[in-house]
Amino acid sequence: MSATEIQSPRSKAPGVGSGRIAPQYRRSGTSKGNFEMLAWLFMRLSGVVLVVLIFGHLTVNLLVGEGIHAIDFGFVAGKWADPFWQIWDLAMLWLAMLHGTNGVRTIINDYAEKDATRMWLKVVLYAATTVIIILGTLVIFTFDPCPVVNGVQLPGGFCPAP
Amino acid sequence: MTAELAEPASKIELPAGVGGGGEIPSFDVTLRVRRYNPEVSEDATWDDFQVTMYGTDRVLDALHKIKWEMDGSVSFRRSCAHGVCGSDAMRINGRNRLACKTLLKDLDTSKPITVEPIKGLPVEKDLIVDMEPFFQSFREVMPFLINRGHEPTKERLQSAEDRERFDDTTKCILCAACTSSCPVFWTDGQYFGPAAIVNAHRFIFDSRDDAGDMRLEILNDKEGVWRCRTTFNCTEACPRGIQVTQAIAEVKQAILSRKV
Repeated sequence: MSATEIQSPRSKAPGVGSGRIAPQYRRSGTSKGNFEMLAWLFMRLSGVVLVVLIFGHLTVNLLVGEGIHAIDFGFVAGKWADPFWQIWDLAMLWLAMLHGTNGVRTIINDYAEKDATRMWLKVVLYAATTVIIILGTLVIFTFDPCPVVNGVQLPGGFCPAP
Repeated sequence: MTAELAEPASKIELPAGVGGGGEIPSFDVTLRVRRYNPEVSEDATWDDFQVTMYGTDRVLDALHKIKWEMDGSVSFRRSCAHGVCGSDAMRINGRNRLACKTLLKDLDTSKPITVEPIKGLPVEKDLIVDMEPFFQSFREVMPFLINRGHEPTKERLQSAEDRERFDDTTKCILCAACTSSCPVFWTDGQYFGPAAIVNAHRFIFDSRDDAGDMRLEILNDKEGVWRCRTTFNCTEACPRGIQVTQAIAEVKQAILSRKV
């Protein structure tokens, strides 16, 4: 009498399992690494931080002092002269963009039905994200309220006479 | 024995035509059943059946009446017909229910009651779907006890508290109502699905089991627990009242606390 053979019921090994499963349901191998877990964790943590950053941003811009009436070019220039607000806005830009991109990525994964559609939507998404993050970061760090072009100061009226 | 015995029921006089316990109200109801027969047509259609049913009847009784008295070609699965075997999960008025646990009187009988196969799995005929992808995910989480210790001479003992930890997820009857109510599963059928995660949960949190890490690793896949969007469709659909979304969240927590 032969011993009872218990076969490990894993579908990944070829020839194991019933073999009757419709092809579109077959998972293409296991994914290594923890990317999906880290993305999930990032969504929660960045969400909490963003609540603080965004409400802080809204309070300072719209409620404190003269409130919404104080906002003009000079107000923004003043804020970005301060490293504190540079870091604040930078954190807000990066976290909001990555949080939003990851959210749209999961929506694309959930709703795109063809692999090609999924890939192209993600290419567009990642390109847009990269452009906005790089452009935003450049603006925050290279912002100059008193640009001088060919030795002539551009009109604005905020800057002291040279 | 003694004279204190109650009078036998048969001696109570009843008016002709009335059963004991009062009449059960009857009503007419239309069942709109999704029909699909690949041997006849690639297209699925709706068939309406009007039946007279009683207040104690379930959707399954109406389907029986249709199949036995009106159209024998109507196909559906059922086995125990009492909410235990999990064979007759179907989409009733747009919600995944067991036909044997859904009373007709609890539905809006003034409008046709729609009965469809559960979504996301290949339909074979009428209300019968191919459950193989569902069971494949179930098998992949290794839903059996794996114990690396010495085999005890008696049963494997467990405290009441340890048993309570996974009590909810032992109730699963594998009817697929949860997995086929999940919008993420509908998209491409790649997601492991709530039922597989519930049955992994049942062993991951069992103090007698030693393969929790293996199961967590399997569910850390990109098609694993992280595809859950907590829409609670599964919890709403479960005919056993399992807190499915909570079980998935607990598995997420277990993976996180192991990795981070």
